This record gives sequence, structure tokens and C-alpha cells, in this order.
Amino acid sequence: MIFANVLSQLPIALPAISYKAVAPELVLFGGALLILLVSATVGKRELPGLYRAIALVAALAEGGFSGYQLYLAQGAKASLAVAGAIAYDGFSAFAGIVVAAILLLAILIGPGFIKRIAGDGPEFLVLMLISAMGATVMAQGEDLIVIFIGLEILSIALYVMVGYRIGDGLAREAAFKYFILGGFSSAIFLYGIALVYGATGTTNLAKIGAFLALNVLTHDGVLLFGLALLLLGFGFKVSAVPFHLWSPDVYQGAPTSVTGYMAAMAKVGAFAALIRVFDIAFAGQIVQWRPIVVGLAILSMVFGALFALRQRELKKILAYSSINHAGFILLGVYAGTAAAISNTLFYLIAYAVIVVGTFGLVSIVQDSIGVSEGSCSLDQLRGLARSRPALATVTAIMVLAQAGAPFTTGFLAKFSIIVSVVEIREYWVAVVAMLSAAIAVAFYLRIVLAMFRGEPEEVEGERVLAIQGAATEAPARRQALAWIGVSLSLVFTVGFGIFPQPLLDLAARAHIVG
Amino acid sequence: MTIPGSWYLVVAALLFGLGAFGVLTRRNVIVMFMSLELMLNAVNLTFVSYARMLNDVGGQVDVFFVLVVAAAEVVVGLGIIVAIFRQRATVTADDISSLKG
Repeated sequence: MIFANVLSQLPIALPAISYKAVAPELVLFGGALLILLVSATVGKRELPGLYRAIALVAALAEGGFSGYQLYLAQGAKASLAVAGAIAYDGFSAFAGIVVAAILLLAILIGPGFIKRIAGDGPEFLVLMLISAMGATVMAQGEDLIVIFIGLEILSIALYVMVGYRIGDGLAREAAFKYFILGGFSSAIFLYGIALVYGATGTTNLAKIGAFLALNVLTHDGVLLFGLALLLLGFGFKVSAVPFHLWSPDVYQGAPTSVTGYMAAMAKVGAFAALIRVFDIAFAGQIVQWRPIVVGLAILSMVFGALFALRQRELKKILAYSSINHAGFILLGVYAGTAAAISNTLFYLIAYAVIVVGTFGLVSIVQDSIGVSEGSCSLDQLRGLARSRPALATVTAIMVLAQAGAPFTTGFLAKFSIIVSVVEIREYWVAVVAMLSAAIAVAFYLRIVLAMFRGEPEEVEGERVLAIQGAATEAPARRQALAWIGVSLSLVFTVGFGIFPQPLLDLAARAHIVG
Repeated sequence: MTIPGSWYLVVAALLFGLGAFGVLTRRNVIVMFMSLELMLNAVNLTFVSYARMLNDVGGQVDVFFVLVVAAAEVVVGLGIIVAIFRQRATVTADDISSLKG
């Protein structure tokens, strides 16, 4: 009764929702719901083919729609929708394409290996689609709270995926570590939002930008502390040094196919939001945040490369390599020009495809030598080139692409970021970046050497036989779809490495017009 | 006597610091988890105080979003803790430290 009274007196003005603007999210979330619905209504719970088909269609639809948006949005100003909380522009459309690419590869690679751990249930693909939706929300968020919600949708789904091998001690520990430190960083991020809100009176990025352009804060301590906390939160999420402590453990403990997916998706979401928040809304505060960002970038590049050198565990080496990559991407944020943002997007798609492909290969390697999806030491790779030459060669190409070998997208990505840094005349930063890339080559080569040197150990053969006996189907069949995913990422990496122009043009279209 | 808004902000900052300290130093997994919730609620208090000081309803609405997210986090977090507890019958962080950086 009272409620009805209130309603009649104060008509609540609902914002007009532009479904076109939120279509990427709707498609991904719809796909996830559909899979759940099918698994609940059809008597049989395990329909891997159907689930995978639905997920693939959702990913392709999301990618296709984002591509169409990118085509439309060419150079146009960001359109705001849903009461200004969601932006859709070339930038978010490009991020949507990256998300679709990651999803496509991960759907092809992941489920076959997850099946051995947790069966053919619908959960894995549902979690994957939902976390991808979180990443698109982050890329489109024009309001700090919306970005926070996107971050949480992404992270909470990832916490579950990391803990998939719950029977294994390392995996449980990894899931718990990821959860506690992820929650910790989310709380810090949120406190940053609260302080920015206190200083500017709004959480909307467009309004924050307008407010800061018109007003000079006499006491900007609250705002700057808020900015620092936001950066700290993002630093945790992208695992920049010194907030990287969780990442090697989580990368090792999580199932390998999840590790690749997480490394790519979490970075795409976090960096898209980071660029929108800092390079656009807080562009006026660039003098204050630039030193922090460049500090994080340099620490990540240098220590990521150095720490990787003393590791013997393959997945931890790749974790430090992704910390090194995070440093490079942070340099793009640091440069902050329109060209630098395009180069950052190019780096993101190149990195995402390479990293999903590399971890997919690690999955296949682990499957072939008969270890679980958990850890895998360099010693176990010995003689892989002799026993599985094709696998070793493809792995070597992908690892070298991570190192930035010419004729791969990895090289162009690093090169274009360094060009952006040189363009803003910060030569010493560019020199440090190149040095760190040179150090990084050393540990990438160690992985390649481990595969191509030495005979396979005698024990290995027996172990492979034992596992093959235990598995219900031959590894070759299990790996078939994973090979398709890996081949796609290889073709992408080498193809666009040799003919990069279409991809560069696409990224150049995607810059944000403030 | 009216209490100035900044007092609430100070209380919220103290609570947040307390929560952060708890997450970083306590050994019991459940207590770490509680400290995390304390941090989120300190943020809620900050939002509400600012909303009051700025005479803007936006901050109060943000609190609802935070509450929902915190609830979702509880679901997953407790799930993970229960899974750990089932295997080890103990919930101190010292026992889950076989992974080292």
C-alpha cells in the first residue's frame, strides 16, 4: 500500500536501454543461459557437442557484431547508452573482437582437457561465457561502478575456473590465493572509486572528465589518493610488479587451459578499462599518474624477465613472461596518445592469441607426456623434439612469438609499443623496454632448448603407456579440436606477422575519440 | 551537536585499514575472509557519507551494487573454503603454502 503510494507520487524514471549497445553482453550471457537451460531440461546432462556448438555460436555472434560496430564507429565519438553508463565506440568494439577471438580459441582448446578432470558438464563453458561477458562490460563501462561490476563478473567466474581441479592440493591453494588476493584488490579498487566519487561528486567517467576540466580542486589529496588506489587495483588484476605475487602460483595451480584463458581474458578486460579510465577520464591528471604507471611498467618488464630466468617450472616461466608482457602494455597506457592506444590494442590482440595458443600447446604437451594439467617442469620437456617433432616445432614457434621474433605479431606488437614511447620522447624508457625484451629472449630460448636437447627419459615411456591405458579415449581424438584451436592461433600469429596491415588498420580505427 | 561528515570518513578509513591489516596478517582463512568483508563495508560507509555530504543519491545507489557483489563473492569464497576444509580438515593459511612464488 505504502509502496504503491510512493510509486504513484514519484514515478521512477527508468533510463532508455539501447539493446544495440549492450548486444555483445546479451549474446554472451544469452549463450550461457541457453546452455544451462538445455542441460536442465534435456534429460541427459552431458552433451559436450551441443554445449560447445552453442558457445561457439555465441562467441562468433559477439565477434561478428563487434566487427560490425567497429565498421560503423570509424572515427565517431563514443555513443553513450543506458543513462551514460555504457559507451560503445570503436575501442569497445575492438575489445569485443579480442574477447571473441580468445573465446573461440579457448572453447576449441579447453573442454577436451577439462573433461578428464570434471567430465562433460555444462559448467565450464557457462563460466567461460560469463567471464567473457565481464570483460566486455569492463571494455564498455563508462561509469566506475559499471567497470567494477564487470571486473567482478570476470573475476568471480575465474575464481571458480581456477579451482577446477579441486581434488589437487596445488589447485585448491591456487584458487584460494587468487580469491583472497583478487577480493583484496577489488576492495582497494572500490575504495578508490569511493574516494574519486567524494572528490568529484560522480562515478560517471564523462562527468568526471567534465568536472575536472571545469574545476580546479584546491585540495586534490582525496582525488589523487583515489587515483592511486584505482591504479593499485588494476595493477593487481594485470599482475604488474610489485602486485604480481599471486600470479605464478595461480598460473601453476590452475588447469593449463584455464591458465591461458585467464591470462588473456583478465588482461584484456583490465587494460581496456584502464585505458578508458586513465587515458580518457583522467587525461588532465596525466602529470600525477604517469610516474606511477611508468614505474609499474618498468618494474614489470625488468623483474618479469629476471624472475623467469631462475624458474624451472614451465607454467611459472610463462607466468613471469606474461608479467613482462603486462609491463609492455602498461607502456602503451603510459604513452597515452591516440596512436599509442591503437598500438596497445594491437598488442592486446597479438598477446591474447599467442598466450591462449601457447597454453593450449602446453596442455597438449602435458597430455602427451602423461602429466596432469597442473605443473610441468622443464626437465619433463626433454627430448620432446625427438618423440613429437611437430608438437615441439609449433610450441617453439609460439614461444618465440612471445619473445618477439620477427615475422610474428609478437615482434610487431613490441616494436609498435616502443615506437609509441619514442614518439613521446621518453628515450630511456624505450631503452629499458628493449633491454628487458633482450633478457626475456634468454628464458624463452631455455624452453625451446629444453625441448630440442637430450633424449626422452626412459621412465617417460612407461608413464605414457600407463596413462593411455587409463584414459577412455586415445589422446589423438581428445586433442583433435585443441589442435584446430592451436593451428588457428598459429596462423593468426604468423599470418598477421607477415602481412600485418589489415590488423594494424583495424586497430587504428579503434582509438577512442574523447 | 551534529557530527561532521568527515568523522564518518575517518571511521571508514580506519575500518578499511583494519580489514586490509587483517587480510594480510591473519592466518585463519575464515578470519581473512571476514576482514575482506570488513573492507567492502568500510567502502560502503565511505559511499554513504559522501552521498550525504554531497547531497547526491548516487553514492547510496552504489552501495547496493557493492552489497550484491559482496554476496556473490561470499558464495564463491565459502565454496572454495569448504572444499579446502573437506580435504584438510583445517582452515589455516599455513597449511596451504606449498606453492611458493
